Amino acid sequence: MSQIDVLDHEFEEDDFSFAHDADAKLVDKNFKATSYLKDVWSNFIKNKGAIIGFVIVVFFIFMAIFGPSFNAHTYKSIIKGHEYLTPRVPGLQKLGIFNGTYKGYNMYEGDLSNVFYWFGTDEQGRDIWTRVWSGTRVSLIIAFAAVIIDICIGMIYGMISGFFGGKVDMIMQRFAEILNGVPTLVVVTLLGLVLPAGMTSIIFALMITGWIPMERIARAQVLKVKEQEYVLASRTLGASNFKLIFSEILPNIFGQVIVTSMFSIPNAIFLEAYLSFLGLGVPQPMASLGSLVSDGYKSMTTFPHILLSPVIAMSVLMLAFNLFADGLRDAFDPKMLNK
Amino acid sequence: MKKYLTKRALVSVATLFVILLVLFILMDLMPGSPFNDEKLTADQLAVLYSKYGLDKPIIVRFFIYVKNMLTGDFGISYTINKNFAVSEMLKGRLSVSLMVGAMAMVVGTIFGLILGIASALNHNTWIDNLCSIIAVFGVSIPSYVCGLLLCYFLAYKLKLFPILFDRGRPFYSLVLPALALSVSPTANIARFTRSEMIDVLNSNFISLVQSKGVKDYKVIVKHALRNTLIPIVTVMGPLLAGLLTGSSVIEKIFGIPGIGNLMIQGIQFNDYNVTIACSFIYSIIYVVIMFVVDLLYGVIDPRIRITKEGA
Repeated sequence: MSQIDVLDHEFEEDDFSFAHDADAKLVDKNFKATSYLKDVWSNFIKNKGAIIGFVIVVFFIFMAIFGPSFNAHTYKSIIKGHEYLTPRVPGLQKLGIFNGTYKGYNMYEGDLSNVFYWFGTDEQGRDIWTRVWSGTRVSLIIAFAAVIIDICIGMIYGMISGFFGGKVDMIMQRFAEILNGVPTLVVVTLLGLVLPAGMTSIIFALMITGWIPMERIARAQVLKVKEQEYVLASRTLGASNFKLIFSEILPNIFGQVIVTSMFSIPNAIFLEAYLSFLGLGVPQPMASLGSLVSDGYKSMTTFPHILLSPVIAMSVLMLAFNLFADGLRDAFDPKMLNK
Repeated sequence: MKKYLTKRALVSVATLFVILLVLFILMDLMPGSPFNDEKLTADQLAVLYSKYGLDKPIIVRFFIYVKNMLTGDFGISYTINKNFAVSEMLKGRLSVSLMVGAMAMVVGTIFGLILGIASALNHNTWIDNLCSIIAVFGVSIPSYVCGLLLCYFLAYKLKLFPILFDRGRPFYSLVLPALALSVSPTANIARFTRSEMIDVLNSNFISLVQSKGVKDYKVIVKHALRNTLIPIVTVMGPLLAGLLTGSSVIEKIFGIPGIGNLMIQGIQFNDYNVTIACSFIYSIIYVVIMFVVDLLYGVIDPRIRITKEGA
């Protein structure tokens, strides 16, 4: 009977105390078990840089979607007489900045006194604000599309190569190795020349060699994972190769795949900008961040404001993606945290 | 080692062959013709085509082409410098491009090592944070943005350097382009050095050396730094290759008479041979550097050699 009494008793925290104070130090601290994803999340939010990067990326995505509709201009609307205007922002103009002056001379005198261009206008009288954000939209679409295709091709290629090993792996790796020996910039340039100008062509050109880093990561991860007991267990239970690859191995390497893809987004933006600089970017009047920079570069010494906003937008965007990707990598791989 | 070497060499040769094939096919598919003169009649065009060997079947043309390429005969320019041998046009240019690349690499390595070592030695202090922030900026900001900024502020505003390449002062005019190009290697080397050096500093042999009473600077210079430098050699190769092939935009901005600039001209003027020759030279540089790096890797880290031989 007394046994039941004990079981029913609710223990309070101060029911027991240490015989000696020194013993208190010997108690282990216990933490609740957390899942992998929760671990990743808590590691991620501890990283200030990563949070800043993430917020900026979200901001850019928001502006890429809604930014161009903040005013009545479109990315291709040309207004005669509004060429080369410097930035003028309502409110700020009274403070003496962004007041639309150019070398001390007010460009908005007369008819234009009620006109405001937040980032100014370019050589054809197009609103740079609208063009920067629609350019961001184009750059992001190109980067995301290229990266998603890279993930699909590279991940599947790498997983097949790593999973089957042997001859399959040998042949697939030699092929990838040879392709990897071809400098990306040369391939991208030549494809840009051959294909008709447009977003699809650029995405295609980026895709041709872009999947190789992803393939390497995926293969290395599969090699690490495929000998694990749970894969063997699943195989013994009669799982097909397809099921082993996609439902046993894939979930366990997905973190690495996501991290790698986040690093390739700034790379894709860079390559697109590079193409624009060679004159192989998106066709006019469409804008991308790269084409805006290469257009603005032409009047850099006379009207630097045309160059300034796309350059800042592009640099900040790439910085944010890198910070975000760094944070993700550290969060997925706790070994990196204490470095 | 011999087996590894032969295998790597074979892969490199195959890569070069594939590059030639790809270049050839792509250029053949390219829209437009090198003879864009509307006054030419069909007969005249046929004569021109046969003169330049463009009327033969594509496979024959390819093999003739490979033979010519390997003997250093890149054909003649169609439009930029009519009837001028492309190999002649390339002559002075390669050295200029290589010089910019080498300068950028030297600057990048020195700054990168300084930043990386400084942050590793002051791990988790404000110096470390500052160096890491600089490195993130360097990785993120494209070289031509740096080029534009340097050009605007140092060359145009402050007039410290020439804006465009000045043949009278080649070294001096290459300072800004080299600085712009060095940003990415600096940042990459800094990051790599930092994480390698932290690893080395935390390893047991350093504790042993310290417990033997060796002076701090000796520990760093003789033991930590040496072991950090070995893996860094391996990242420098790909960086150098990327730098040399990625310099064309910088060459365009600063008007440097290098290969990249010629390649852009070739693209704009539809000059088949020039574009192919430039791409081919870039590819050779790239393949050779990657080959050398792989060999170095095999020499430095025997594990790579052995597993690759086993596979």
